[in-house]
Amino acid sequence: MTTTATQRRDTDGYEQGYGHDGYAALPGLMRLMSGDEKHGPAATSTLDALWVLYDRVLRVTPATVDDPGRDRFLLSKGHGPMAYYAVLAAKGFVPAGWLPGFGSYDSPLGHHPDRVLVPGAEIGSGSLGHGLPIAVGTALGLRAQGLDDPRVWVLVGDAELDEGSNHEAIAYAGPAGLDRLHTVVIDNSSASWALPGGIARRFEAAGWSAATVDGRDHEALYAAFTAPHPGRPRVVVAQVEPKDA
Amino acid sequence: MDSMRERFAPVVTRLLDEDPRVAVVLAEIGLAGFEEALRRHPDRVINVGIREQLLIGAAAGLALTGLRPVVHTFASFLVERPFEQIKLDLGHQDAGAVLVSAAASFDWPAGGFTHMSPGDVALLDTLDGWTVHVPGHPDEAATLLRHAVAAGDDKVYVRLSEQANAQAQPVDGSRFHPVRQGRAGVVVAVGPLLDPVLAATEGLDVTVLYATTVRPFDAAALRRATDTAGTDVVLVEPYLAGTSTSAANDALAHLPHRVLGLGVGRRELRRYGSVDEHVRAHGLDARTLRERIGGFLDVREGLRVRAQV
Repeated sequence: MTTTATQRRDTDGYEQGYGHDGYAALPGLMRLMSGDEKHGPAATSTLDALWVLYDRVLRVTPATVDDPGRDRFLLSKGHGPMAYYAVLAAKGFVPAGWLPGFGSYDSPLGHHPDRVLVPGAEIGSGSLGHGLPIAVGTALGLRAQGLDDPRVWVLVGDAELDEGSNHEAIAYAGPAGLDRLHTVVIDNSSASWALPGGIARRFEAAGWSAATVDGRDHEALYAAFTAPHPGRPRVVVAQVEPKDA
Repeated sequence: MDSMRERFAPVVTRLLDEDPRVAVVLAEIGLAGFEEALRRHPDRVINVGIREQLLIGAAAGLALTGLRPVVHTFASFLVERPFEQIKLDLGHQDAGAVLVSAAASFDWPAGGFTHMSPGDVALLDTLDGWTVHVPGHPDEAATLLRHAVAAGDDKVYVRLSEQANAQAQPVDGSRFHPVRQGRAGVVVAVGPLLDPVLAATEGLDVTVLYATTVRPFDAAALRRATDTAGTDVVLVEPYLAGTSTSAANDALAHLPHRVLGLGVGRRELRRYGSVDEHVRAHGLDARTLRERIGGFLDVREGLRVRAQV
């Protein structure tokens, strides 16, 4: 993992006693779910992108999860949601006390998230390829109601892009000019048949604004997440360690 | 008489004018009817192109922001092709929508099997919480469309067909209605099959119930009908034969009873031709229905041969 200025700042804040809501708290929160001492790259592939989004980009808090004007974040890649739950706990959407029950019968936190059970979760996911089409509809619904401020974010995996439903959404959103729609692709090289020409180019061909960055570099992620993209939807491809490395 | 499908766009256009929650989602099919609505409500008439997974997914997203999506295409591409989106994007997300299909089981026989969807209602039966309307006349379709859109955030399916009865019946969006009273059995006629059923049972001593809202299944109406007509029941449905047999059995679980489920057969005919030819091929014409109903209920003209109940 590359160390960045942001990480150092977050870590410093945690060590200086700024509380349990910092980036440095996330491994401990994940340990509450798994009991593992260390998590491999696959379990944390989404962690840095999620953290930067919830810490610095998304305008949503535990108090505004039902506010029509909130930003929406849709976790489409529902597999391996520990990093997601850890971030939601760090930001106060779910109590940290829920984490040890992860996956048990009485727990609201399953191995795939359920929006009906998890405060702050905009969709239930698990079956791949559903988040991006729902995000398109969410963006359309906000526009139709004159809610011009909220932005819509959806996180997918690189192998998830194998599912054709994503390409229905990608090919529609570009020409439709859905500029409030943002996709984060976590690219851990897990697709058996990688998209020829690269992921970003596939989106660009459909009229999206695109950037590819180091998915562990918080400043690079933040810059890519906040770059202007008038009239076009935006994709940020966050490259992390290969799943099988 | 205009068709059910010709009523669809005018009715929903008016609802778009009246209710800011209503949005229409299309996948090219049916777009021509919404040209004026698209001009008046460009953000609430959405055509996603020929993309049926996106059709349902986008509708779910609209619903999650508080809108009431009305989603339309042929039944094959509305229910069968994106079925997992119906299960997950609507059901699992706890989001509602009104799905309005056209082409039914074999409205366009010359179009072949790809445009036939006799299994749509049976598929929805594998899911929880769907209301299913099967109008039998364009006027009923207009009424049931308005019921469907007004049903809060419910999940509602409206099955439009080119096949229709000559006269509209009163429909209320929930109950079965008796249209003929008898003592030797109950025939439940669904939607466009009322006219053939009435012709088939002419002079037979049977009760005919007319059903346009088939889910939830009006178990109370069926039980009431059996009080005087006995517990031999024939279901005549314009989709897969037997689709409602288990619902009828459940309604009569406390009584000895018999149920015959008539409808569209599973076997692929591999025939083109006309609607009438397909009606006959599936045994749903009045003459064949009379033989099948009469044989099951063991009734003859005006009298009951076998006292069974």
